[in-house]
Amino acid sequence: MGAIDFQHQQSAHCESGVVAGLLRGQGCPLTEAMVFGLASALAFAYLGIVKINEMPLISYRMPPRFILRRLRKLLRLPLRVESFATPQAGERRLDELVARGTLVGLQSSVYFLPYIPVNMRFHFNAHNLLVYGREDDEYLISDPVFEAPTRSSVPELTRARFARGVLAPRGLLYYLDGPIVPTDVRRLIPGALKKECRTMLQPLLPFVGVRGIRMLARKVHKVARTAPPEFAQRFVGHVVRMQEEIGTGGGGFRFLYGAFLQEAGTLLGNPSLQELALQMVGMGDLWRDFAYDAARMSKGRLALDGALLSDQLNNIAEREAALFRAVRAAALV
Amino acid sequence: MRVEDVPQEGNATLDGQRKAMYAVDNDGRIALVPSRGWEAEELVTSAAVEHFEELASAALQRVRSGTAGALEYFMYVRRLDPPTLARAAGVWRWRLKRHLREPFARIPEPLQQRYAEVLGVPRKQLLEFRPDIAA
Repeated sequence: MGAIDFQHQQSAHCESGVVAGLLRGQGCPLTEAMVFGLASALAFAYLGIVKINEMPLISYRMPPRFILRRLRKLLRLPLRVESFATPQAGERRLDELVARGTLVGLQSSVYFLPYIPVNMRFHFNAHNLLVYGREDDEYLISDPVFEAPTRSSVPELTRARFARGVLAPRGLLYYLDGPIVPTDVRRLIPGALKKECRTMLQPLLPFVGVRGIRMLARKVHKVARTAPPEFAQRFVGHVVRMQEEIGTGGGGFRFLYGAFLQEAGTLLGNPSLQELALQMVGMGDLWRDFAYDAARMSKGRLALDGALLSDQLNNIAEREAALFRAVRAAALV
Repeated sequence: MRVEDVPQEGNATLDGQRKAMYAVDNDGRIALVPSRGWEAEELVTSAAVEHFEELASAALQRVRSGTAGALEYFMYVRRLDPPTLARAAGVWRWRLKRHLREPFARIPEPLQQRYAEVLGVPRKQLLEFRPDIAA
């Protein structure tokens, strides 16, 4: 079996990168930032009841597969999604599609992928990658968060696709079946911007959007004050890991969204969006300042200071509230 | 973040790989820049890895003293915690708790197989695990 002619491109986030890759494969190039922004995929959620290694789930984006579903709807993509009861069936179907020369997106676990650095392998089941061919017993993989195309043996990839547990992928694969009807993305941008602002500024749920960031600020303060020091350090370290390492990170998503705002501003000829793009990048910097302090505290290189961390987070929350209000205003022009 | 500020600190947990980051270049354009990673990320990733290593070595002590079975040790070696393992193996959490305490051979056979698959450790190795010679 061979491979199709596919141009690998590195991206900051796996799902937006994979969707951009699928579109590129069909001759409809959208940048990763445009994919991410059109999907309104930036978010914040503090989910205290969902535990990962005894720690709360903190998410900086919409749940897995959101970008895929959102863009299917917006661009009316001929997207087929399949999952499988058994690894055998999933493997057979993938081979079939690859043999036909289809570019296939997969959901998989991070832990079992052979090309991921050992220290980064954790049990996270919602990673995305593209398969663009097969050579002997290896799949040719374009994993958008890596610099270059890579490979995996057939059994290893199958194992990663059928990892069990939370968000089990069940061999989920997706591909574009047929040509894409051209859409003018300029028409879609204002709606996408408004939707994004709705998510970040929503007033109802205390754990979502800007309100969620404030909740995280309170939790960090409380844990630092009341929990045993060892746990508090681990908690703070966990917050940073959820932010900076798992996927793209809180800072990284702001940079990515900033790139989208800039592109949107250029396409629409809207200078205020371009100005807000740079402010969005500045928000990413604030998130990273927070991560830097928190990481050092979690390792004991700096005394744990819950008040300082929660002040940083509250400052971020306040500025993001103002920023997204400005984005909403700019989108209405 | 400006292009020249994109961290290139050589984060060891990235194993020489580079991640992509968006940063502002001299013309004010936001472009993709490869990054070798930064300290914060390395600190928390290595802390998470170490946390599992500590749990594994504590479990090994318990296996030696007979208060835990091989399953607990390998669970932590594979960077799993009890809720995740229970979910992946399709076992109730309280039942897993008991299985973690007892010798692997005492677990019903079909379940032994399931645990072995989830952990990616051959069943035989779990059965014949010798804590006195393990690292």
